[in-house]
Amino acid sequence: MSTSQDTTAEAARTAAAQTRELSLAMVRGPLLAVVSLPLSIVAFVFSVVSLALIPAGVGVVTTPYVLSWLQGYADARRRLVDRWSGIPVPRPYRPWPKDLRSGVVGHVERLLLRLKDPATWRDLAWTPVDMTLGFVTALLPPLFPVNLRLTRSLLEPTREMLLARRVEQLYETRHDAVDTSAAELRRIERDLHDGAQARLVAMGMSLGTIEALVERDPAQAKKLIAQARENSAEALTELRDLVRGIHPPVLAERGLPDALRALALRMPIPVEEDIELPGRFEEPVESAVYFAVSEVLTNAAKHSGAHRVWLDVSYAYDAGGMLRAAVTDDGKGGASLEKGTGMKGVERRLGQFDGVLAVSSPEGGPTMVTVEVPAEVLAE
Amino acid sequence: MRVVLAEDLFLLRDGLVRMLEAFDFEIAAAVDNGPELSRALDELQPDVAVVDVRLPPSFSDEGLQCALEARRQRPGLPVLVLSQHVEQLYARELLADGNGGVGYLLKDRVFDAEQFIDAVRRVSDGGTAMDPQVIQQLLTRRAQDKPMGNLTSREKEVMELMAQGRSNAAIAAQLFVTERAVAKHTSNIFGKLDLPPSDDDNRRVLAVLAYLDQG
Repeated sequence: MSTSQDTTAEAARTAAAQTRELSLAMVRGPLLAVVSLPLSIVAFVFSVVSLALIPAGVGVVTTPYVLSWLQGYADARRRLVDRWSGIPVPRPYRPWPKDLRSGVVGHVERLLLRLKDPATWRDLAWTPVDMTLGFVTALLPPLFPVNLRLTRSLLEPTREMLLARRVEQLYETRHDAVDTSAAELRRIERDLHDGAQARLVAMGMSLGTIEALVERDPAQAKKLIAQARENSAEALTELRDLVRGIHPPVLAERGLPDALRALALRMPIPVEEDIELPGRFEEPVESAVYFAVSEVLTNAAKHSGAHRVWLDVSYAYDAGGMLRAAVTDDGKGGASLEKGTGMKGVERRLGQFDGVLAVSSPEGGPTMVTVEVPAEVLAE
Repeated sequence: MRVVLAEDLFLLRDGLVRMLEAFDFEIAAAVDNGPELSRALDELQPDVAVVDVRLPPSFSDEGLQCALEARRQRPGLPVLVLSQHVEQLYARELLADGNGGVGYLLKDRVFDAEQFIDAVRRVSDGGTAMDPQVIQQLLTRRAQDKPMGNLTSREKEVMELMAQGRSNAAIAAQLFVTERAVAKHTSNIFGKLDLPPSDDDNRRVLAVLAYLDQG
C-alpha cells in the first residue's frame, strides 16, 4: 500500500519537475534563440572574412581580435550551458606560453597560436550549426535540452584534445621530475663532499699525527684526539641532516602519520595535528606529501608570525582516492605561491603525482595551504 | 650487572660489548634482530637492556617496539634505547608509562665512554637518560612560555641538565657549583613551574619532562 503511494508521489514529483523544466525552457529557449542568432552570424561572418583577408595583410591585424572575440562568445555560451544544465563545459583551448612578446611580433605570435589551436576551428565550425539547428532547437521548448546537448558536444574538448593536453602535462612534469632529481643529487653530492667527506679526511689526518705524537708528546696527542672526536661528531650530525632530507627516518620506520606527528613535534611553534589515514601509500607519494607538509609547516613557523598551527591530514575515497593535507595558521597572511622558491619546488614535486598545492592567504590571515594528491591505499 | 644488547651492525655491537665489559658489565646476550631480542628479554631477565631502534627483519622501529612490549610485561624494566636520530615522538612513548628506568640517546653519545656508561648505570638504577637534543627541542618550543620565561638563565641550565636525568651531584659538578646551590635552583624551578615537590630524583625528572612535553 505504502509503496504504491510512494510511487504515486514520486510520479507526481517527476511530473511537476518536468512541467517546471518545460516552462523554464519556454522562457529561456526563445530568448536564447533571439540573442544567439545574430551573435553567431556576426561571429561566423567576421571570422571568415578576417581569415580570408590574411593574405591581403589586413587580416593579420584584425584576426587576433576577431578570434579572441569568437572565443569569448563561445566561453559565454559554455557558461550558459553550465548554468542551465548544472554540468560545467570544460574549455578546450591550449594554454598559452607565459613569455609572449609584446608589439607587432607578439601580435603575429598570438595569431599563429590561435590558428594552430584546433579548438579555434571547432568554435568556428560550431557557429553555422548554432545559427541553424541551434536556432530551431532553442525556439521549440520540448527540444531545448537537445540544444544544450548540441552546444555542449560541439564546444567541449574532444578526446584527442584531452589526450593531447594530458601528454603535454606529462611531458612537463616528467621534465620537472628529471630536473628536480638531478638538482637533488647535485646537492647531496656537494653536501657530502664539503661536509662528511672533508671531516673524515681531517680525522684521518689527525689520527696520523696522533700516531706520530703519541710517544713523543702525549699531551698534544690527547688534544688532537679530542679534535678528531669533535670532527666525527660533526660529520655524524651532517650525515643525519642529510639523511633527513633524503628520506626521513621516521617515515621509513613508522609510515606517514607518525612521520608527520614527529615533524609537528619538531616545529618551534605548537602544531595541533589531526591525522587519520586508512593505511599506507606508495612510498614516493608518502615522501612527497611529507616534504610538502614539512615545507609548509616550516614556512608557517618562520614567516607567518603565527602562534598556533593546525595540521589536518585525511583520505577521501571519492574520485578514485585523494590524500589531503591542510595546514592552517593564525598568522598575518599574505603568503603566496610566487614568493618562495621552496613552495614552487613542492608544487613541482607534487605535480609528478598529479597532486596540487593551493594557498589561501588574505592579508591579515589566516593562511591555509592545502595539498591534494590522488593516491590509492596499499593492501596490507 | 647483566646487560642484553641489541644492535644489528656488527662493528657497533662489538664495540659496545667491549666497552660495557671494560666497565665490568656482564653481557647476558648480544643479539642482532627483533625476535631474538624479545626472547632474550623474556628469558634472561637482564638488569638493563641496550637497544637499537631499528632492527631486522623489518628494519622499522622493531627494537623500540620490543622494548616497549617488554616493559609492558615487566613494568620498570630498565631500557636504554639508541638511535641514529632522536624524535620527541619516541621519547614520549618511552616515558608514557610514568615508570623510570628509561634512556633514549643518540648513537653518537657512545663516543664519550664515561658519560655513556653513566647513562647506562642511571637507567639500570631506575633513573632517566634523555638525549640533550630531545631536551633542546622541548625547550625551544616552550621558550615563549610564560612560566618558562620567569626562569633565570642559570635555572634554565639546571633544568636542561635535570631533564636529561642528571642527579643534583652531577649537575653541580658540571656547572661548578655546590650541590646545595643546585638544590635551591631545582626547588625554585619547581615552584615557578607549579610542579609538586618531591624528594625522589626520578619522580622530579619525570615531572619536568612531562611539563616540557605538554602542548
